[in-house]
Parts: sequence; C-alpha cells; structure tokens
Amino acid sequence: MALRRFDLESGGDSFAFKPETEPTIEFWLGKYPEDKKRSAVIPMLWLAQKDNDGWLSEPAMREVADRLEMPYIRVYEVATFYTMFRLQPVGKNHIQLCGTTPCMLRGANDLKEVCQKVIGKPMSVTDDGRLSWEEVECLGACANAPMVQINDYYYEDLTSESFTEILNKLQNGAEVKPGPFVDRLNSAPEGGATSLLEGDLYDGSRNAIAELPNLPKDAPAEPEPAPAPPPEKKTTLIKDSKPAPKAEDKPETVEVADGEEDDLKRIKGIGPVNERALNELGIFKFSQIAAWTSANVDWVEDFMSFPGRIEREDWIAQAAKLAEGEETEFSKRVDAGEVESSKDEGDE
Amino acid sequence: MSDELFKLNIDGQEVEVPRSYTLMQACEEAGAEIPRFCYHERLSVAGNCRMCLVQWHGAPKPIASCAQTVGDMRMNPDGTPPNISTKGDYVEKARNGVMEFLLINHPLDCPICDQGGECDLQDQAVAYGRADSRYELNKRAVEDKNMGPLVKTIMTRCIQCTRCVRFAAEVAGVEEIGMISRGESAEITTYLEESLTSELSGNVIDLCPVGALTSKPYAFNARPWELRKTESVDVMDALGSNIRVDAKGDAVMRIMPVINEEVNEEWLSDKSRFIWDGLARQRLDKSYVRKDGKLTAVNWGEAFEAAKTALSAPAEKIGFVAGDLIEVEQAKAALDLARAMGVQNTDCRPAGASYGTDGVRERYIFNPTLLGVEEADALLLIGTNPRKEAAVWNARIRKAWLWNELKVGVIGEAADLTYDYEHLGDGPDALKDLFQRDSEIAEALRNAEKPMIIVGESVLSREDGDAILAAAHDYALEIQAIKDDWAGFGVLHTAAGRVGALDTGFVPGEGGADTAAILSGGMDTVVLLGADEVDLSKTGDATVIYVGSHGDAGASKADIILPAAAYTEMAATYVNTEGRVQMTRRAVQPKGDAREGWAIFRALSDVVGRTLPYDSADALREALREANPVFAGLGYAPGAAGAEALKQKISSSGSVAGGAPFAAAIDDFYLTNPIARASKTMAECSLQKQGLETVMAAE
Repeated sequence: MALRRFDLESGGDSFAFKPETEPTIEFWLGKYPEDKKRSAVIPMLWLAQKDNDGWLSEPAMREVADRLEMPYIRVYEVATFYTMFRLQPVGKNHIQLCGTTPCMLRGANDLKEVCQKVIGKPMSVTDDGRLSWEEVECLGACANAPMVQINDYYYEDLTSESFTEILNKLQNGAEVKPGPFVDRLNSAPEGGATSLLEGDLYDGSRNAIAELPNLPKDAPAEPEPAPAPPPEKKTTLIKDSKPAPKAEDKPETVEVADGEEDDLKRIKGIGPVNERALNELGIFKFSQIAAWTSANVDWVEDFMSFPGRIEREDWIAQAAKLAEGEETEFSKRVDAGEVESSKDEGDE
Repeated sequence: MSDELFKLNIDGQEVEVPRSYTLMQACEEAGAEIPRFCYHERLSVAGNCRMCLVQWHGAPKPIASCAQTVGDMRMNPDGTPPNISTKGDYVEKARNGVMEFLLINHPLDCPICDQGGECDLQDQAVAYGRADSRYELNKRAVEDKNMGPLVKTIMTRCIQCTRCVRFAAEVAGVEEIGMISRGESAEITTYLEESLTSELSGNVIDLCPVGALTSKPYAFNARPWELRKTESVDVMDALGSNIRVDAKGDAVMRIMPVINEEVNEEWLSDKSRFIWDGLARQRLDKSYVRKDGKLTAVNWGEAFEAAKTALSAPAEKIGFVAGDLIEVEQAKAALDLARAMGVQNTDCRPAGASYGTDGVRERYIFNPTLLGVEEADALLLIGTNPRKEAAVWNARIRKAWLWNELKVGVIGEAADLTYDYEHLGDGPDALKDLFQRDSEIAEALRNAEKPMIIVGESVLSREDGDAILAAAHDYALEIQAIKDDWAGFGVLHTAAGRVGALDTGFVPGEGGADTAAILSGGMDTVVLLGADEVDLSKTGDATVIYVGSHGDAGASKADIILPAAAYTEMAATYVNTEGRVQMTRRAVQPKGDAREGWAIFRALSDVVGRTLPYDSADALREALREANPVFAGLGYAPGAAGAEALKQKISSSGSVAGGAPFAAAIDDFYLTNPIARASKTMAECSLQKQGLETVMAAE
C-alpha cells in the first residue's frame, strides 16, 4: 500500500452533500445517540465519497467532521485507514481489480496488463475522465475469478479479450451489463447445469406423499417379524482372501408344491430366518442340501454372509441323514419342541 | 473501582496492591523495573509497544503488564496468588523479540540524533537489543512533518507509541495529532501538517521515547551529557513551575520540567520551555547613562554616581515601581532602601490596582491551591483565561473536568479553554444575584462540597476591581466555599514576582503614590525594577533609573540603566500565586557586568549613604523571614490554612453594576515579558499564532 495523501489541488475548497443524500444521512445519524454521533463516521465518509464523484476530497472530509462535530484529525485517521476511501480523483468508471491469489491464478495479471495498456498507471485517470483503476485485495468472488469491480458492480470470469471489450465500451460511454462473461448463470457451471438435470426434480411431482414402510397401520393383520440380526460384515471376517464365488456355483433349485417342503429348521444352524433365505434361493429339501458341492457351500455362505458356518455345523451330513428319514440329535429336540429358535414363526 | 487489596507473587516476592493497579504498577511496587515505550503514568493505556511483557505462570502467552489490571487476574488453581516473573529467559526472549521488531525500521542515526544519550529506545536496546540485524529488506522511511516552530520531527524514527497523540487529546485538549494510514504506512502527523496550537505542545518532546519529536530550537545545540543541570523555578507565569535549566558554559541550552505534583505535575508551558534563547538576547550587560540623549556604556561607579544624583531628589518626588519578574530579594532590598530614604511611593502592582494593601495575604493569593482543583466539584473563573494565564494549571482543570466531572463556569472572555464550561456573562454584572441564578453551574456551585471561585488578577486592576473582588468573595461566602478545611476562593496571578513583592510589602507606604500615580508625571526620579508591562509614556521629564536584565520598554525609556541578573542567573526567592515560596538556583553567571538585583540596591544604598543592614543574600533572607514569616516555609502553600482569614467579608464601597466586560489579560501568550519578547522562538510562535488567527478570521 503506497502512501495515501489527499489530492488538495483537485479537491477544491468546498463540498456539499447532494440534497437527495440528506435522507440517507438522517438514516445513519438516527442510528446513534446524539452524543455518540461520531459512530456514523464511516457511512458518512462513504456517502461523501459517493457525492464527490467516487473519491473523498479534503473539503468533503471536513464537511463530515463538521457534521459529526469531530476534530479533523480523527476523521483524517479513519479516511486514511480504510483504503476504500479514495483520496484522489478517480474516473467515471473506477475499476477495482482483484489481484488476490485465486484471481491471480486465473489470470488477473493479464487483466492488469490490459489496465496498464488502456488506462495507464494505477489511480491515474484517462484524459477523458472515464476510466481509472487500482488493484485491490480479494473481493470475495473467487468462484468467478478473475474479476473486477467497476463502480458498484462485479464483472466476472474475464479474459483479456472480454475485459478489453468492456473497457472499450465504457470508454465510448456505453453501458456494460455486470455479471459473468462466460456462458454461465452467476456461479453455476459453465455451459449450463451438469447435475440434477431430471425434469421431474423441478415439476413438483416428487412432492407426492410417499408411503412410508414403517408407518403404524390401523390394525396389523399379523405381528411384525422379528428384525433380522444385522448382517455381519464379511470384509472384516474373511481373513484369508478367498476368490469371490462364481455365479455357476449357485446350488440347484427345485420347485415344490405347497406342503411338500422339508422343515429345514430341523438342521442345527438353520433358524426361521435362514430357512426363509434358503427358500428364496429355491432350496426346500434336505436332499438338495445334502447334494451341495463345496463350491455350492462357498456360494451359499457368501450369499448368506456367514463364511465357514455350513462346514462348521455340518449341514450337509445332517441333511443327508434327515433326507434318508433318519433323525439327528438336534432334530429330535426340535421335534420335541425343545429348540426355541427352530419353532415356526407364528407358532405360539 | 474497588480498592480492595490483591495479592501477587512477583519474582518470588509477595506484594499486596489495590485491585485497580495495573500489573506494571504492581511489578514496580515489588521493585521490578519494567521497560516501556507507550505506557505513561499520566496518559491513557494504549498497550501497543509490547515492551512491558512479563510472564504470568500458567498463562499461555506473555502478558503486557501495562494493560493488565490486577483485579482482573485470577488465582492459581491451588488458590495461591498468581506468580509473575519479570526476569528470566522467557521474559527476556519475549522482549528481545519486541525490540527486534521495533528496531527493524528504526534508523541507526543515534550519532546525529538529539535524543541520543537520553533515549528510551537507546537505553532499552542496550538491555534487550541484538548486536546485529537479521532484517534484509528495505527499511521504511517516513516523510518528516511540520508541527510548528517548536517541535522538530524526524518521523522515520517514530515507533508509533502514540504518546503524543494521547497527550494532545487528553492533556492538552487539542485533538491535533493523530496516526494516519495503517500498517507499515502508519504515520504520526498533525492535520495536514498544521502547527500545534497548544500552549503545552513542547511536552510531546519529553514524552516521545525516541528522537522522532525533538526540540526545534535546541536542535544540534548540545548533547545531554555535556549539560550542567540545575533545578530551578520558572517565572513565565505565576505558577512557579519547577524546571531544570540545562546549561553549557555560559549559555542556557534548554529548559525542562521537573516533577512537582502540587504545581506543574510534569508538564511545562511552551513559553517556560522555549524562553531560553531570550536569555541571551537584548541583554543589559553593562551600566548605561544617558548622555546628550544617548545611552552610553559606563562602569558601575559612574552609573551609581548618576543614580545618586537622581535619588537626591525630595523623597516624595521619587517613585519605585516593581515589574512582573521581580524576585523577592530585590524587592526587599529596593523597598528597604526606599523607606530608608523616606520614599513612600513604592508599588509592585499594575496601574490601577488597589488590592493587597489591607494586610490580609489570603485576599491576593490562590488559596484553594493548584492541586485543589482535583478535589473541587465546581469551579467559577472570573475574568481569567487560565489557558493563557496559567497553561499548565489549565491542563489540570481539564483533567479534573475529564475524570472528576468538575463543572466549570466562566464570567468573562468566552475563550476556548479545552473543556466545556457554562458562560455566565462577559462582565461583572454577571456576579449580581449569581446565587439565585437559575443555571446548571450556579446550581452546581450552590450544592458543591468544595466549590472554587477564582478571580483573575487583571480584574483587580480595573476601576471596579475592589468591588468585584468583594462581590466574588461575598458569593464565595454565600455558597460556603470557605470551610475549615477548604478555602475555595483565590486570585490567579499572571506575574511571577507579584505575590512575593506583595509579601515583602512593596505597596505604597503612608501617603505614598501607587503605580499609576508614579508613572503619570510629577516625579523627579522613577526607579523601575524590571517594570516593562506598565505604561511609561507619561513619566514626563522624570529621571528614569531602570534596574533589569533586558533591553525592553523600560530600558529604552531609562536615563540610567543598572544591569541585573535574570532568573536563571541567581539564587532567588519567588512566591507563586498560591503563596508557595520557592527558590531558583544559579544555572549560569549573570551576563557581563550584571549583578543580582538585591546586590545592586545594597551597593546603591552605600552610595546614597543609607547602607542596608545586610551584606549577603543569606543575611537578606534572614531579614526577610523576620519581616514576614511566610518566607520561612520553602515549598509550602498555605491552602486551607488561610480559610479562617477569608471568613471575614471584604468591605468595598464600589458596585459591580454596569462594569465593562472583562478584557483578556493576555493578548499574546508568547510575548508577556521582556525575556519572551527577546526570544526569537517566542516571536516565531507569536507570528505563527497570528497567522493562524488571520486565516481563521478570513474563513
């Protein structure tokens, strides 16, 4: 930041607020108690700058001090502290060029060169009085870098070319619409949206009330099934890295008529949940299980997420016995109703 | 704030201090020395130099001790008092870091810097500075600023402590210095480099801890270690500010304030501080006798012979007039000589004054004392502008107004006094029915516990001076300003010698003429004791003997000039407006043939055959003490001791009705006495001030 001093020559001898500014001054002064009105010094200086063609002259600063009954030096301190108070004349269009990192990385230096070429040194005014520029710190529009602020508005996503064009237009007295200078809306993606494109996202159709699965029903027909135990995470349990079972290892399935299926729960290790899962796989008969190959076992274990359990509990041997009509130690207990977990759901 | 005590453990030593203390004060209580730049006892706390860092065990960071209030600290977790270290590696390292940053942009120009040898930064760099710099980038440079004819600026040396800014805003009451811009560009300046308008601006030179603000007149004149330092008393106003006269060889090089809490705290007015070049100009260093209309240098013998001739006139045709700067010894010797010759025409008061003759000292001194204003709750100034007449005391009024909510009322000139006051009127009319008056300040004065009524001395030289003094005193009695422990009524003098001369009885004797009468013709011989502020145009063809130090109005009128020593050249007694007796000391020898005033009259008494009974200054002072015991109490101001004498009404036949408005007692603050008028610096200040006023009038 260079030395900032009042341009006493250009400032003239006097300054007066525009009549239309007075209500705004009233507004700001009204915010503070009479004996604390110096609190309004920053908005007042800002208004004075607005009324003085974009810069703060020494008489303007004195006017503010007089209105706030502040010593000149106190206002002077504030005016020189904040760099947004400009102490020398600026052009009709004053360009504040953001040179902070994001804009710099996106080409602010090129824009600076344009300024140097078209306008000249920072804070110099073109002969026609239309343009001046200065480099400022981040203006907070990094998503649209590189950008400049011209008077009160942001001009974003600039290139040397588009920026030159803006400057040319301004120099010719034309107005330029602020905003991004690439094909985008505000900070939206260039060339239009890339996600959330589905039309029905926006037509309101998704606002229909969906049926929530666990809403209480008026009169439940039958009791809710006990929740399944959370599936064990296989990734944490498989210690040796077995190759994933192939699809062709899926066990053979059969169709059976109602009532003809075996009670698979008579096998130790198969409860109602497992039975249902096996039924869904198309496995209803002890003979089917007895015929599983080791590949089939791997597949089913993988499918049901309990590696090693079929072998450990020896389902195949149990199934072979039961298929032959023999009993096992466990099936006897099941038949005697001693095994709670093998009872049919709903059988009370 | 609660003044409950708080215990601290500082460097292993337990101390108990009031909770309102800052940690720095507490550390000093414990005997630790804390370096500082921005902190100053008489200014608000800024806490921006960071030099006073100390370690608070348990705190995550070093603590700026100047900005930490003791009462805000908490105990250690086990309930023991907080442990503070002001020494040790931790503190040392922190301060070294601060010092390194302060020195990054500070120029290494100590050899050509006037602050060299008495520079806080220099001293502290010895303790905390590195031997070399690690900074490889460009140092910053700052443009020097104009601050007027007194303060020289070398702003690159500034370390932004803002003491000068705070002094101007808080003590001097003129918000003229500020810090503009920010960060690396921050600079101290006055508004658009205008000159300071304060009468106390020179104090920023003392406050500046580095060489950024130095004395312009003293620039490159001397090094502090070459100077002979003599503590003395100032005579530029009637406050008797305590000063230190720094001299080299035969010349006074500068004048600095000495702390005296009861008089000038540690401030000094610009006139007192920068008068010294006037001590070397326009000096009367030889005796002169007017021969054929031209003053011709002669030796003492010839001058005394001429004086003897002049004093052989009839006693009633001889008059003695004492000036503003007269010291007590000279007044006493001259008065004794006059009375020995039978001369009753003696006066030390300005023309027209009629006070001080009733023998009641309390009626012409400043009874509430200068310090008293800090206790007072309401103050009424009548016909006085303390900003010009007693600049340092004005700062004390401002202090009381700022911190104690002192209410001030003014009757007289409605000048800018640097504090708000209620203006009750321009002239003595305002004194009428003041007690019944419906106004905020009248109300405050009525209800005040310790009200203060101050009458300017210039008021007493008016035709209706007596009546005004009586009316003001009546009012003081009405509002009960005089209590057993409070004498809230006093006169603010402007002349350093007046109270002392009055105390010696330097007023007209039996049937004697006063100043106005002596100077209005009809005398054969007029002896002027440094009297330059009186109207000398009507002395007619009287022979004028001038005894004084400077060639001014009196000397140009004189037929015989007897050169006397100035206040820096003798040990002399002065009595300030409070009645406080103080002594100056000899800092340099009198110029040329000049002699101390009393010695001139002692020698003259010999020549005229009326030898005075003392041969030495000590013997003279002995005689003084015998004649008036107040001279025995060196440094003592009676204050409330005079309350009893004030309880009696002052009788006056005059009336205050219809009096003219009070005029300003001092037109030009910078040119009030012969020494000031001889000073180039004061002339510059005066021009500067006039320039400013012309500009302001033109606007």
